[in-house]
Amino acid sequence: MSFITGVGLTSYGRHDGRSTVDLMSMAAEAALADAGLVRRDIDGVLCGYSTTMPHLMLATVFAEHFGLQPSYAHAVQVGGATGLAMAMLAHELVDAGVVRNVLVVAGENRLTGQTRDAAVQALAQVGHPDYEVPLGPTIPAYYGLVASRYMHEFGINEPDLAELAVLMRHNATTHPGAQFHEPITVADVMASRAIATPLKLLDCCPVSDGGAAFVVSRDPTSERRVRVRGAGQAHTHQHATAAPSLTHFGAAPSFARARQASGVAVSDLTYAGVYDSFTITLAILLEELGLAKRGEACARARNGDFSRDGALPLNTHGGLLSYGHCGSGGALAHLVETQLQMTGRAGNRQVSDAPIALLHGDGGVMSSHVSMILERVR
Amino acid sequence: MSADVADWTTGTPALLYQRCRSCSSVWYFRRGFCPSCGAADVEALPSKGRGVVHAATLVCRPATAEARAHVPFMIALIDLAEGIRVMAHGDRDLKIGDAVSLRFEKFIDRIVPYFGKSP
Repeated sequence: MSFITGVGLTSYGRHDGRSTVDLMSMAAEAALADAGLVRRDIDGVLCGYSTTMPHLMLATVFAEHFGLQPSYAHAVQVGGATGLAMAMLAHELVDAGVVRNVLVVAGENRLTGQTRDAAVQALAQVGHPDYEVPLGPTIPAYYGLVASRYMHEFGINEPDLAELAVLMRHNATTHPGAQFHEPITVADVMASRAIATPLKLLDCCPVSDGGAAFVVSRDPTSERRVRVRGAGQAHTHQHATAAPSLTHFGAAPSFARARQASGVAVSDLTYAGVYDSFTITLAILLEELGLAKRGEACARARNGDFSRDGALPLNTHGGLLSYGHCGSGGALAHLVETQLQMTGRAGNRQVSDAPIALLHGDGGVMSSHVSMILERVR
Repeated sequence: MSADVADWTTGTPALLYQRCRSCSSVWYFRRGFCPSCGAADVEALPSKGRGVVHAATLVCRPATAEARAHVPFMIALIDLAEGIRVMAHGDRDLKIGDAVSLRFEKFIDRIVPYFGKSP
């Protein structure tokens, strides 16, 4: 058994002058304080990667800087799925008795630490170096390919997808830490400039600076008890060209494994934190996970089903699309928000009750998937 | 297979795929063994270049400054008759389901596979 005993999150957006380890440290300090733990309590460290600070040993760089001498530490790299992969590993390590308190931390000055062209180019390198990258694709282009096929198969149009951007922005307007606070409409999304068809600027998450952290512990450290009930993964391919399908992905088998590990069914879920690098990513994942029927996720969002007071509140902090995306820490904001919602600490964003939640992350081009079920226990 | 196969990735106007002589699997990204059965007895074959558009995106925001002169350009996934899927450039108005045929075009400082609508 393991508990998410503390969470920490910086605002996402511009943090001029802050480095990767600065942002990681800010989030880690907040997570430790939230857990009621001090540095000497931490015996495990897992961290993500940083494109502005590539390093062979980022976990020990961070541990040294922050003032930790853990008995277990290393970095993890699974693209956008990194955050939840670390959460799953931390759970497994604690559950196996290897460590008592794992600090999971990620951060990056992805926005101000490099030019936008450098960020776009660095990310495009997830493509195949010989067979894809020479064609000049971007991450939005890979997802544009996925979107074109998925929308073709299931009858989704661009205004449908825009609903998800509108919902994430609406949610972000209520979070002071979000990168964007200006409400947007479907018409705004449709009028935003084309990036890689059918994806437009407002279908895409921004590049952000930020940091996020949490502590996974063997024992609860307060009355706020959120435990990891089970998790699963699936890795079907790396490159878009080699994807077995552009209509069925690894999210379904990943979640099936998490359901098997946890004994939780879709009907038990009361909150969802789902990866949303692009509107199409969120639409596909909601449908793959069975939270909406194929082709219906956007209509469900339009109907309010994923709103704060809807049947299944989703990414109430604004998600990657509007809270922001700082790399391996990006999806950790989903976990932080979920823990706050489950423990009744989400303030003006609080949902009515969230005893059981699903988290899902995706890395690459729908390549790597991690699903996790959290449960509040008394 | 030898490591120095001449195809578009090394500047030769050809698109090669591989086939396992043991289990008959076919695939695109070259390697010295079959990813299905592990056999090392694989051969490289040239595609005839006929296929159908599986997915298509018009890239409007380039990844690099060098690519800026080319935008917007079409990137598509093409299902070739030989049973493999490839990523390539193509006509700007390509649509899913279009029958296409292969040629090679210059992109920045190299040649890339390019699919135009079949007549």
